Amino acid sequence: MIKNQSLRPVQPAAVRALAGLSLCAAALLAGCASGTRLEPPAPVEDRNNPALNSGANAAGTDAGRTSQSQVAGVDLTNGGRNALNDGGAGRTVYFDYDSYAVKDEYRPVIESNAKRLAGDRNRKVLVEGHTDARGGSEYNLALGQRRADAVVRALTLLGVQDGQLEAVSFGKERPAAQGDDEASFAKNRRVELKDR
Amino acid sequence: MKLSRLIPPSARRSAGRWLAAPCVGVALVLAAVPATQAQFRVEITGVGATQIPVSIVRFRDEDKAPQPLSQIVRADLERSGVLLPVDPGSAMLDEGSQPNFADWRAKPVDGLVAGSVTRLADGRFDVRYRLWDVVKGQQLSGQSIAVTQPDLRLAAHRIADDVYQRLTGEKGVFSTRIAYVSKSAGQYALWIADADGQGAQDALKSPQPIISPAWSPDGRELAYVSFEDRKAKIYVQDVFSGKRRLVANFRGTNSAPNWSPDGSQLVATLSKDGGSQLFVMDRNGDNLRKLTSSSSIDTEAQWSADGKTIYFVSDRGGGPQVYRLPVSGGAPERVTFQGSYNISPALSPDGRYLAYVSRVSGNFKLMLMDLSAGTVQSITDTSDDESPSFAPNSRLIIYSTRAGGRDVLMTTTLDGKIKARLAAPQSDVREPVWGPFAR
Repeated sequence: MIKNQSLRPVQPAAVRALAGLSLCAAALLAGCASGTRLEPPAPVEDRNNPALNSGANAAGTDAGRTSQSQVAGVDLTNGGRNALNDGGAGRTVYFDYDSYAVKDEYRPVIESNAKRLAGDRNRKVLVEGHTDARGGSEYNLALGQRRADAVVRALTLLGVQDGQLEAVSFGKERPAAQGDDEASFAKNRRVELKDR
Repeated sequence: MKLSRLIPPSARRSAGRWLAAPCVGVALVLAAVPATQAQFRVEITGVGATQIPVSIVRFRDEDKAPQPLSQIVRADLERSGVLLPVDPGSAMLDEGSQPNFADWRAKPVDGLVAGSVTRLADGRFDVRYRLWDVVKGQQLSGQSIAVTQPDLRLAAHRIADDVYQRLTGEKGVFSTRIAYVSKSAGQYALWIADADGQGAQDALKSPQPIISPAWSPDGRELAYVSFEDRKAKIYVQDVFSGKRRLVANFRGTNSAPNWSPDGSQLVATLSKDGGSQLFVMDRNGDNLRKLTSSSSIDTEAQWSADGKTIYFVSDRGGGPQVYRLPVSGGAPERVTFQGSYNISPALSPDGRYLAYVSRVSGNFKLMLMDLSAGTVQSITDTSDDESPSFAPNSRLIIYSTRAGGRDVLMTTTLDGKIKARLAAPQSDVREPVWGPFAR
């Protein structure tokens, strides 16, 4: 919280006289913060700083003492899931640029996975769509979703039950290859099947 | 916070008077930035913008404070593109001084800022400043701001806001905050920083991607998409307490959150029914209502400031284009027509402009559309622009782009003439979003 006080003008007298007329108090957002970290294994754990927290609750009462520039952080670094295993080529379908058509060359990938899943109704997989790095993150997320949806459709046509599959998208956020060339882009336009 | 006005309204200068001031050239702008200020990287491209020349004298005892107050004020004002900082030379002034206005008029400057900083017995700092109208030879503003050390930068931004408002008649945005995402070595973080990119603090760290932060209209909460649980879900986090809530966790992907202007609702993209479609929900995720039902991609919804219209991206016509839709229901109307790939719409809070990203010959360019005239102009020279977001006064746009092999954050004036690369300590930064006036 910041307290502003008027400075008395050095001069002139007319301005000084007017100064008293216009005292206006603006209650600003009472800011201050409590630190929060997400620690394993608890999903969300508060690690509040009581000193700062009291200021947050007492909006404006202890104004000048606490900071409103502060931000409370949450750390998922160790609490989040580890990077998932690469499903390998046998679980990955690649796509042409700007396309969500499952190409014939990936029929064997679809068929082998359909067989595996149809043979074990308790098995569930995440069908993850990905795009290359070109374009916006949200539009790519939607494009990746469309690719994942296409693979889900192909699998259900071969007898996999809808409840065994969930189509999700990572858009351009988790590339398989880091390069800025067509070879890398081609590796990133993909759908991966991940066991749950 | 107590704010006291010292100046009667009649003493305030109209913007027109200032805008009539002679334009001072670009060379002078660059000369006004000493080497010690390199961290701010204000880069000027183009000439011709009419600017109000103003000098900010180094505050008395500024070197004893942990923040370079006058430099922060000067860089803020310069980034605005409206004020033109002029080197004050070796002048020694503070808020108690009586400036020799004739000397300052000769510089020439129209506005003059001087001040001081004093450490108080309780450890806080008392920052005092005064702004003079050099032409009229009278004071326009003067305040004393007592702050804790973490709020010293905020005090400087408040001074810049006051100077900007006294000289232009418009609200400044220097004490607002921005949010953005960084990625480094497998770690993602959501940051909140001052509007100049300084003083960044992490609000969330995660081994999985974070995208699409969106400020609540009161500036207390951030909605965002986090992949921490193997897929995209929408969370809302209280910035001050760090408390989080999961607001959209449906089958499939949950993404692209954006707030209604009254803060009571969220619009988001969900794939729960197949495809990517727009849904409206209460701020806690309840009362889900489907807004679009198409076989196309509908995403990146942006609520207009009057609350009546939602702008969004759809590929219903082939490639992605910006459309708009009445919140109450009705047929979508196409908004963008130039080019085959237009995404990431951002509306100016005053409702006059639409910023978006257009793919032009394989490059991604920030475009600005005047919504009433329908005219479109490109306002950058870069080729990987993403994620535009307007400042709350509608005068600046923040966006991410690539420069020097890195993802960086830039601000630009709407005419594209004044750009600043924001200092961010993180290696790759993107997804910037400008917060509201609230703080």
